[in-house]
Amino acid sequence: MNTRSISPAAGPLTGAGLWPASWTPILLLVPVFVALATVSVYPIINGFWLSFTNTSLALQQSDFVGFENYVSMWGDPLFWNAWYHTVYFTLVSTLLETILGLGMALLLYEPFTGRSIVRAAMLVPWAMPTVVTSKMFGWLFDGQHGLINYLLRSVGLISENVNWYGSVDNALGTIIFADVWKTAPFMALLILAGLQTVPKSLIEAAHMDGTNAWQTFWHIRLPLLLPTMLIAGLFRALDAFRVFDLVYVLTGGGPGDSTEVLSTLSYKTMFSTLQFGYGSALSTAMFITEALLALGFGFFIVRQMRRQG
Amino acid sequence: MMRSETFRKLFVYAGAILIVVWSGGPFIWQFLTSLQQDAALTAETPSFWPSPLTFEHYYNVFFVKQFQYYILNSIIVAGLTTLLCLVVGALAAFSLSRLEVKNRFGILGLILSVSMFPQIAIVGPLYLIASNLGLLDTYLGLIITYLALGLPLVTWVLFGYFETLPREIDEAARMDGVGPIGLLVRIILPMSLPSLVTTGLLAFIAAWNEFMFALAFTSTIDHQTIPVGIANFTNLYYQPWGDISAASVVVTVPLVALVLIFQRHIIEGLTQGAVKE
Repeated sequence: MNTRSISPAAGPLTGAGLWPASWTPILLLVPVFVALATVSVYPIINGFWLSFTNTSLALQQSDFVGFENYVSMWGDPLFWNAWYHTVYFTLVSTLLETILGLGMALLLYEPFTGRSIVRAAMLVPWAMPTVVTSKMFGWLFDGQHGLINYLLRSVGLISENVNWYGSVDNALGTIIFADVWKTAPFMALLILAGLQTVPKSLIEAAHMDGTNAWQTFWHIRLPLLLPTMLIAGLFRALDAFRVFDLVYVLTGGGPGDSTEVLSTLSYKTMFSTLQFGYGSALSTAMFITEALLALGFGFFIVRQMRRQG
Repeated sequence: MMRSETFRKLFVYAGAILIVVWSGGPFIWQFLTSLQQDAALTAETPSFWPSPLTFEHYYNVFFVKQFQYYILNSIIVAGLTTLLCLVVGALAAFSLSRLEVKNRFGILGLILSVSMFPQIAIVGPLYLIASNLGLLDTYLGLIITYLALGLPLVTWVLFGYFETLPREIDEAARMDGVGPIGLLVRIILPMSLPSLVTTGLLAFIAAWNEFMFALAFTSTIDHQTIPVGIANFTNLYYQPWGDISAASVVVTVPLVALVLIFQRHIIEGLTQGAVKE
């Protein structure tokens, strides 16, 4: 075979000779980089810059003010209120979704007829637009004619209708419930994928040794599943941290400020009061919190994996 | 022994039914709601079976709220976004998987890390940029934004799939004098059809469902997408639950149908990135 006649990597056909062959790999990567640079990287840097200005579309101003926005944010009870709700929402919903997802995954791991139907049904909440989910839960949990109130009254759990998302005490819980409904099945699929990588021989060996189902779960499956669950949990937490649609559509941050989260607060600051400078400071603070969350979580995952060897 | 086996079966089936009811129940209630008259919806006891059956909410959705415009906008925006995502993502994934690129995993990591940013951090600056360029309330403004938001996932999943294709075909193509572009277009892409369909569907669903950017960037029915249309159904004092339910059914059923048809691929595509290391 005469290998010399074959040009390495790229032949003369490459790009019809419009560019040197060695450029091809780079040229193919250009579109993705241009798109990400203009729509993600540049706006992030720009937002960081805006957070040091008093940019307001209403007042038509844009002057450098240094750390002024950050100083007023530090003393802003609305910011801390939203910060607290965001962290609370992230922790509680991620925890519930992981536990519920694990339960669903363990169940779906068992072979039974109709299993693929159940798996398919679990994708329905995930595929639904979040705005539709919000409206759907708005109707289900409606304080006057909602089905949930009716069902709970029928079985005697409540004696009169509860104002779910319309009361300061229940609103955040209702939003968390809606989020768990939408996302727990998805967590189940991720955990299920991890479960399928647990060697069957290990489980069988355990059965031979006479361990019961609970012991098998606690000592074999769970430790092996832990990396998957932690990574899925991390992705979920990062996603939960930026919750917007559910809150904005279901309660709009209310009643009062009882469900305001960082996303809705920054959004309203920018698009309702048109204070882009202060709004950018809020979203930058959110970005920093999320980065710290990811770092902390990532550090924890690495340590856990090291410990397992 | 036999007894515990039956007990286990019973437990599994009960759990399975619970999951199906939990996942499908709310949507079925939404569907039943869309077929009931307003009087039935505000009655003391809710009726599960629509009687009398009515299609007035569907009539309202299309003839009063002009919902078909939102649907058209969403089809155009999500469709073009998907197409562009696949083209740009495939070029990048091919380059990273098949050509000589230094530090390919560094580049992949960089692309993925971009998707980790909270989107609220870019909506303000992007709004100002779009405003300066005259891209507010246009399809193009939304499509460019969604393209960048969808690319990390599309590139990652396609890269993962391309990596599973045997390297021998590259050699064979080179022997035949086919260049890299020819290899991608004539060999790799046709072989990747299942992955392209899944990835495209994921990009489509993401664009179809996106709310925040659509809310910020569009202001008229000429370019607003479905989520914005549904969010705007409510006026200050009254929630038209019947109409909202009908609209929800109209936008969710096609999506659910697609997801059910491609469910096996979707589950594979989604779990691949998260679990494989």
